[in-house]
Amino acid sequence: MGYENVTKSLTKVIEMKNITKKFGDFVANDSVNLDVFKGKVHALLGENGAGKSTLMNILYGLYSPTSGEILINGKKVDITNPNIAIEHGIGMVHQHFMLIKPFTVAQNIILGQEPTSKMSVLNMKKALKDVKEISERYGLYVDPNAKIEDISVGMQQRVEILKALYRGAEILILDEPTAVLTPQEIVELIQIIKNLTKEGKSIILISHKLKEITDAADFCLIIRRGKHIDTVVVSETDEEGLASKMVGREVSFSVAKDDKEAGDEIFSIKDLVVKDNRDIIAVDKLNLSLKKGEILGLAGIDGNGQTELLEAITGLRKVESGEIKINGENITNKTPFQVISKKISHIPEDRQKRGLVLDFDISENAILENYYKNPFAKRGVLQYNNIKIYAKELIDKFDVRPREESKMARTLSGGNQQKVIIAREVSNDPDLLIAAQPTRGLDVGAIEFVHKALIEQRDNDKAVFLISFELDEIMNVSDRIAVIYEGKIVGIMDAKDAEVEKLGLMMAGGGNE
Amino acid sequence: MKLTFKDLRKKLYIFATEKTIGFTLISIFLGLVVGAIFLAAAGFNPFQAYWVMLRGIFAKPSYMSYTIIRATPLILTGLSIAFAFKTGLFNIGAEGQFIIGSVAATATGYFLHLPLLIHIPVVVISAVLAAGIWGGIAGYFKAKFGVHEVISTIMLNWIALYFQNFLIYTKGFQKPGGETSYSIQPTANMMILKTWKQSEAGREWLLQHPFWKDLLRTPMNWGFVIAILMAILVWFILNKTALGYRLRAVGFNKFAAEYGGINVNKNMIISMFIAGALAGLAGALQVVGVSHKVTLIAAMEGYGFDGIAVALIANSNALGCILAGLLFGALKYGGTKIQMFPVKAPSEVINIVIGSIVFFISIPKLIKVILSRKNKKGSTK
Ligand SMILES: Nc1ncnc2c1ncn2[C@@H]1O[C@H](COP(=O)(O)OP(=O)(O)OP(=O)(O)O)[C@@H](O)[C@H]1O
Ligand SMILES: [Mg+2]
Repeated sequence: MGYENVTKSLTKVIEMKNITKKFGDFVANDSVNLDVFKGKVHALLGENGAGKSTLMNILYGLYSPTSGEILINGKKVDITNPNIAIEHGIGMVHQHFMLIKPFTVAQNIILGQEPTSKMSVLNMKKALKDVKEISERYGLYVDPNAKIEDISVGMQQRVEILKALYRGAEILILDEPTAVLTPQEIVELIQIIKNLTKEGKSIILISHKLKEITDAADFCLIIRRGKHIDTVVVSETDEEGLASKMVGREVSFSVAKDDKEAGDEIFSIKDLVVKDNRDIIAVDKLNLSLKKGEILGLAGIDGNGQTELLEAITGLRKVESGEIKINGENITNKTPFQVISKKISHIPEDRQKRGLVLDFDISENAILENYYKNPFAKRGVLQYNNIKIYAKELIDKFDVRPREESKMARTLSGGNQQKVIIAREVSNDPDLLIAAQPTRGLDVGAIEFVHKALIEQRDNDKAVFLISFELDEIMNVSDRIAVIYEGKIVGIMDAKDAEVEKLGLMMAGGGNE
Repeated sequence: MKLTFKDLRKKLYIFATEKTIGFTLISIFLGLVVGAIFLAAAGFNPFQAYWVMLRGIFAKPSYMSYTIIRATPLILTGLSIAFAFKTGLFNIGAEGQFIIGSVAATATGYFLHLPLLIHIPVVVISAVLAAGIWGGIAGYFKAKFGVHEVISTIMLNWIALYFQNFLIYTKGFQKPGGETSYSIQPTANMMILKTWKQSEAGREWLLQHPFWKDLLRTPMNWGFVIAILMAILVWFILNKTALGYRLRAVGFNKFAAEYGGINVNKNMIISMFIAGALAGLAGALQVVGVSHKVTLIAAMEGYGFDGIAVALIANSNALGCILAGLLFGALKYGGTKIQMFPVKAPSEVINIVIGSIVFFISIPKLIKVILSRKNKKGSTK
C-alpha cells in the first residue's frame, strides 16, 4: 500500500521537518523528517551513532536544532527546554535512567509536579492515589512505596514511564527501552505499549532489536549516519529488509563458528559463596570451570547471582568462602589490580558505572588498566603520542564512531561507548575474557562484530565467559552453556544439545539437578 | 561582512557558554556590577570607588608588590582545593593545613640553627610534610572509616587553630610579653635583599632610586615565584603523569577506577596529602617571607576559605589559580583603599563583589538561560 496511503487517514501529532543538528563540525542529524501519528508506534532504527538519541533529545528540548522546525498538532513550537516539551504532552524515557535512587517510586513519579493541598503542603495521599490510578489503567504495576535502589531495572523503567504519563504525556519517547530488560520484561513492555496506544497515546520507540520493531511498531524511520534514509510501513517489510536498509548491506544473523576441541582447564570456581549488598547470600556454593579455547555461556534470569559472581571473580566484591583459580593460581579475594595482572579482562554489565570514565576522552579510556605501562607511560610521565596511536588502532578496528580519539566518552552514543569498552578489554588479550551483556545496546552490525571477536578469542585458545540475558546470543555463541538459578549452577550442557524450552525451564528453577 | 546585532549576541552566547574563560570574565564583570549597585545604594560613587581601588593596586610599585604578596598564599590554597577537587575531594581543610604549615615553619625556623642556603629549604620542606600529613589524615579517615572529608577537615581546622594558640602560650615558643611566637632565625628569612636593604650602602643607593626604594619597602619575597612554579607542577602532575591519571580517574568515577585496578583508597590519601602540602606551603611561605612568626588567632584567618573561592573562579584549573589568586589578592588589597579618604566606603563592599563573582560562577545556568532565551528566539527565525 505504501507509507503515503497508509498514513493518509491518520492524525499527525508531531511533524519534525528537515531537522539538522551539528556538534561543532560534526553533523549528527542531517535533514531528518519524522511524522508521528495518534495512537501509533513509530520506530527509529539506525546504527550506533546514527543520531537517534540526538533527534529525540531535540524533540524533548534538550538540544536545540541547528535548523529545521517542529510542529505539534499542526502548530509550530519552539521547544527550547524539556518543560515546554512536557507542556505539549511529550514525555521521554532516556537510554540511561534519571531517577533519584534513595527516593521511593511515588516520590520519583510526582517529583516536580507534586500535588499540594492548601498552603502548598505536599499531599502524599493524593499522590499515591493518582499513581495507583495510572498504573492500573495501563497495566504498569509497581510498588509505589519501594525505594528505587531496591527495585529491578525493569521496574525502574516502569517508573520512568509512569513519571511521563503522570505529567500528562500524550506522546512517549522510549530510547532503547529494551536494552536493559530481560526477555520476560520485554514481552511485558510490548504489552504496555499496546495498552498505551489503545488509549490513544503515540509512541516513539528506539530499538536495535528488529524483532521488537516488527512486533510493536507501525512505522519505522531509518537513519544512517545522521541522514534520513526512508520511512517504511512495518507490516510491509521484514527483519532482513529493515537490517539491510539500516546498514546499507546484507547482514548475517547467524554466527559462523568452526568446531574446536577445548584444551586444558584454565579457570575454576569451587564452592563459592558471595553475599549481595543487603548481606544475603547471592552466590551459593557455586562450582564452575572453563577450558582453554572454549566459550562458556551463563544463562539465567537477572538477579540470580550473576552480578555478584562476576564482582567476586574480578575482585570487586568480597568472597565469603570458596576458591577461585586461574592458571593454577588462587585469586580468591585478591584486588582488582592483582586479578587483572593474572590476565583476566572484564566487560562489565554497567558500562556507565564501571566501564568508562565518562569525563575522559576515548584515548584515556582505552588505557584504563594499562596507563602506567610502557609505552603509555615512561618513568611516570604519560606518553600522549603513543596513547593516541593506540586509541586510533582500537577505534579503527572496532569501528567506533566518530573516529576521533579525543572525543569525550560522555558525548559518544550509547552503542559506541560499549564498543570502546569491548575494544579495550579484548585488546588486553586476556587468558580469560569475562563478557557481561557485551552486545547490550549495539546495532546488528556491531553485534555480529562482537560475536566474531569473542569467537576469535576462543580460536586463539583463550577462555571466554559470556553472561547474557539473551538466550539467542548464549545459544549461538557458546560452546557450553551453564544455567544459574538462585546462586547455583543448576545445569551444564553442550550448546549443541541446548533447546530454548529446556533452558527456560531450568532458568526458572525447574531444572533437573 | 556586516556584523549584525544578532550575530554579536550569538557570538557572546557561544563565548559565555562554551568557553570557560569567557564565562568567568562575564561573571567577574557581573560581580563588579553588583558591587557598584551596592556602593551606589549606600550613597557612594561607584566609579570613583573603583577608580581609587584600581589606583590602589597599580599606582605605585609597592602597591603592586603588596598585591602580589597578598595573592601568593591564595594561589597556593586555591591550588590545594583545585587539586583535591579534580580528584573528587572537597578540601575544606586548607585553612587548618595552612596553620600547620606556618606553625611547623615557625618552629623549624626558630629552633634550628642552620646555614643560610640550607635553612629555608629545611623549613619549607618540613612545613609541607607536616601539612601534607595533616591533609592525609582526612584522606585516611575517608578511606578507612568512610568519614566524609568535609566533616573531618572542618574538625581538623579547629584542632589546628587551637594547637597554634596552645603553642603560642608555651614557654620557649612564646616571645615573652607578647601573644606571638619568637621570630624565625635570619637564616630562614626569605625576604629579598633583606640585609642589604638595611645596610648603609643599601640605604644610600635606595635614596637615589625612588622606584626601587618604594618597591623594596614591601616584604617582597620569592613566594610568588614558588607559587607559580607550583601551579605549573600541579598542572603537570594532573595532566601529564600516571599519578595524575590515577587521581583524576578516581575523582571522575571511582567505580570505574576501582574496576580498572586503581586503588581508590590509597589515591584518596595521596590526593589529600598533596592538597595539604600545597596549603601548608602557603603557610610556610607566609612565615619565611612575610610574617616571620605566628601570632594568637581568635578566628580562622580565611586563607583556606578564600582558596575555595579562588579554585572556583579558576574552575579548578591549576594555571587559572594564578590569575584567580591575583584577582583575589588585588580585590582584597585594593579593597582596603576604598575605606580611606576620599571614598570612605566600608570594605565589606569588596566582600560583596567577591561573593557575587563566586555566586555568578557557581550558577552558570542562570547566565546561560539569560543569554540563551534571547539567542534562541533570534536563531530559529
Ligand atoms: N553532546 C555531544 N557533543 C558532541 N557529539 C555528540 C554529542 N551528543 C551526541 N554526539 C554525537 O552524535 C552522534 C549521534 O549520537 P546519538 O547518541 O544520537 O546516536 P544514537 O543513534 O542514539 O546511537 P546508539 O544506538 O549508539 O545509542 C554520535 O556520533 C555522538 O558521538
Ligand atoms: Mg542512543
